[in-house]
Amino acid sequence: MSRNNALLKGMRDGIPIGLGYFAVSFSLGIMAKKGGLTALEGFIASFFTRASAGEYGVYSLVALGASYIEVFIMCLITNARYLLMSTALSQKFDPSTSLFKRILVGCCVTDEIFGISIGFPGYLDPTYTYGAALVSSPMWAAGTACGIIAGTVLPVRAVSALSVALYGMFLAIIVPPSKRNKAVMIAVLCSFALSFICSYAPLVSSLSAGTRTIILTIVISAAAALIKPHVPEDEEKEASHD
Amino acid sequence: MTEHSTLLYIILMILTTNLIRVLPLTLIRGKIKNKFLQSFLYYVPYVTLAVMTFPAIMDATQIPIAGLAALIAGIIAAYFGLGLFPVSIICCLIVFVLETFMV
Repeated sequence: MSRNNALLKGMRDGIPIGLGYFAVSFSLGIMAKKGGLTALEGFIASFFTRASAGEYGVYSLVALGASYIEVFIMCLITNARYLLMSTALSQKFDPSTSLFKRILVGCCVTDEIFGISIGFPGYLDPTYTYGAALVSSPMWAAGTACGIIAGTVLPVRAVSALSVALYGMFLAIIVPPSKRNKAVMIAVLCSFALSFICSYAPLVSSLSAGTRTIILTIVISAAAALIKPHVPEDEEKEASHD
Repeated sequence: MTEHSTLLYIILMILTTNLIRVLPLTLIRGKIKNKFLQSFLYYVPYVTLAVMTFPAIMDATQIPIAGLAALIAGIIAAYFGLGLFPVSIICCLIVFVLETFMV
């Protein structure tokens, strides 16, 4: 495939991704608005970050006036999966790929872009990933900006309905692997249960939601890793299904 | 909000998030050998998303039961293989319909 074709193919594959992004990032904008971001700030923040759970976590911390260190830790925790994705993607590169291209592709990684890039036949052509990111990123950013602007204009019932779009997307990410892997399912169910208990339990419930998320994530993931270590062979098999 | 700058929050988020994406691609040539770390990183995304979803989804809606219904509907839809976009839309519709009749 020529360089030009890969770019065009990437752009074409980026369209459905971008449409999904728009709806989801609209509800992200509603949360960003609570954090006091203007539409322009939201557009820029979303365009350069492109991380649903990560941005959601950060905006909710910003709304609470959390410390920079909390925001930093939140970014590390909610985006830790990108460490794995980028690690997997590094195996898809032609070994001679330049440092500049590696950095640029790295910045493009989202759940969806990772998914289509890992499915690229043979070595990954970086222009394919650029094409998909080029089309989908502005839609992600525009959705956030629209959510910030229209989130307050829309009737309460519509905002309430759109607010769950992001959770719907989270469910679409966590349910399929739970279906395939019993250990993931148990970890997810424990997460629901412990998160519920901790938001009402004395002492723990007085912590900020962000801090609770970080603590619960570390404790539950570490416990799962100790009880049921995950072998990388399975991971590759699963990645090819996504 | 008071003493913190929104701009600094944004810059910190952009730098940290992209650094996480770029570092493995540029630094890690081989595979992570530590089995615990590998396993830990494997579970992190699912656990963190699950923790963030419930019970928060019940606070996002006007009435908690609508959020709970959206959670159940979303799980069922995703279980039957629907993608990010359709699952999100189904969750939104469930809340919209329930709150039309119940609020």
